[in-house]
Amino acid sequence: MNTGTGTEQAAAAADIQQNPYKADFPLLAGRPDIAFLDSGATAQRPACVLDAHRAFYETMNANPLRGLYSLSVAATDAIEQVRAQIAQVIGAVDDQGRPQARDIVFTRNASESLNLVAKSFAPCVLEPGDEVAITIMEHHSNLIPWQEACRAAGARLVYLYPTKTGELTDEEIAAKVGPRTKIVAAAHVSNVLGVENPIRKLADAVHAHGGYLVVDGAQSVPHMAVDVRALGMDFFAFSAHKALGPMGIGVLWGRHELLDEMLPMLTGGEMIDSVTEQEAVWAPVPEKFEAGTQDAAGIYATGEALRYLTEHVGYDAVRAREAALVAYTMERLAELPYVEIIGSPDAADHHGVISFNVQGIHPHDVASILDMSGVCIRAGHHCAQPLLTWLGVENLACCRASLAFYNDATDVDRFIDGLETVWRTFHA
Amino acid sequence: MGNLYTSTTFMEHNSHPDYKYEMDAPTHEHDGINPSCGDELTLQLRVEDGVIEEASFTGHGCAISQASADIMADLITGETVEEARRLSALFLAMIRGEELSEQDYEDLDEAAQLKDISHMPARVKCAELAWRTLDGMLA
Repeated sequence: MNTGTGTEQAAAAADIQQNPYKADFPLLAGRPDIAFLDSGATAQRPACVLDAHRAFYETMNANPLRGLYSLSVAATDAIEQVRAQIAQVIGAVDDQGRPQARDIVFTRNASESLNLVAKSFAPCVLEPGDEVAITIMEHHSNLIPWQEACRAAGARLVYLYPTKTGELTDEEIAAKVGPRTKIVAAAHVSNVLGVENPIRKLADAVHAHGGYLVVDGAQSVPHMAVDVRALGMDFFAFSAHKALGPMGIGVLWGRHELLDEMLPMLTGGEMIDSVTEQEAVWAPVPEKFEAGTQDAAGIYATGEALRYLTEHVGYDAVRAREAALVAYTMERLAELPYVEIIGSPDAADHHGVISFNVQGIHPHDVASILDMSGVCIRAGHHCAQPLLTWLGVENLACCRASLAFYNDATDVDRFIDGLETVWRTFHA
Repeated sequence: MGNLYTSTTFMEHNSHPDYKYEMDAPTHEHDGINPSCGDELTLQLRVEDGVIEEASFTGHGCAISQASADIMADLITGETVEEARRLSALFLAMIRGEELSEQDYEDLDEAAQLKDISHMPARVKCAELAWRTLDGMLA
């Protein structure tokens, strides 16, 4: 499923002094004055993705699903091919390895995908007194929907707490996932700590009690090969825009029988088989969940983004390069005694994400001063207020540098120089 | 380029705020928060015969919110309530990017330094916090 480009190319990609990728990204190529270290918020897009978006409108634009003419069929085919491609990339395949394209639902973003599960699947299984277990490191989009679902069902929301370095221990999983647990929802990779959660262990724990596992892959798909079957997931959500695709396209994969059981969250055009004055019969999965005209050009461009990521660059090269970048960044940060890393001190635990604070300086001041030297980082609560509260982070805010394979050592050096300027500014 | 962070007077207001303390007998007290940054501020005034005799603040936040509060407390101390409201309206207009007259900038004194914040939309709320709190208190 992962069509990585092999160890040789991965080794070459790990040379972070070189950057064979930057030229593919018009924004980065056109802005040598910036160091973009906020890919955890949204990635930059390669030219081929922008071209694909345009090509859809120039060569196959028609409303998918509706038309009986060839142009509309071409638009429909384009969407269906991307479904199959996504299924292949995330390991949503049958026993013969064939991609299960019909289990791929398009939404607007990972948030909408997770809302769909919480609003349409949770009511199928949650009874009063049941529990939903989530980790404290969830992004608000995999947290608030569960607060709402629990409130609606009279269920209880319980939290899995990691160690301070971000590890979910077997003891914690055993303590929190039990006979009352109907759903476990967890980030594959934390958007603040950068850690990869033990998805297979969570799956085994919840399945042992007949429950279901929902995984937020917003921060994993851009960085690593995902295999929903091998990891034992029941639902998997991600956003195209963090994985080089356009904004406004989200994906939900679910096990077919579960998707089949769920009611649609939105109703209207293109999601029905038939409608009478008083009733409607839903279309099959996935159309049942896709009311209204889809962003077909965005979906087509998402296919190109995944092709670039998984075939042109390849996950092996992505991982090798990002690991080298993170290791180098952590090493350079260690030179600055006033920088405190949030989470694990081990570079291997940070999948492209490094959160930190500068002693005594508000994260927003850090980000503003870095911006003056063209370094783009995120500062704030990172849509993870319960995590920052639990960590006891001052002001409920921290800084986050997030790296992607299209960064290089020069970006990191500029970041470090910028942090030195931040410190000097407050300690003149 | 105007860089507030390199202004010695501005940074001095952040590191050594003269007006950051809890007052003994305030006549007015009001809390302000900026949820996007986590800035929190309590503004206190002692008003006698329509004149702000004393102004102080407590709380925490970024350098811009803290320095802006200290500059404001300095500016309004000794002014009438009416004048403080006029200055706060001028400040908020400036922060929104409106051009003021030379005289207005002079009246805002050190606070006029924050003009450049209008080019940093993410930080406007930080700069405004103390002034909005004052505005809400005197309205």
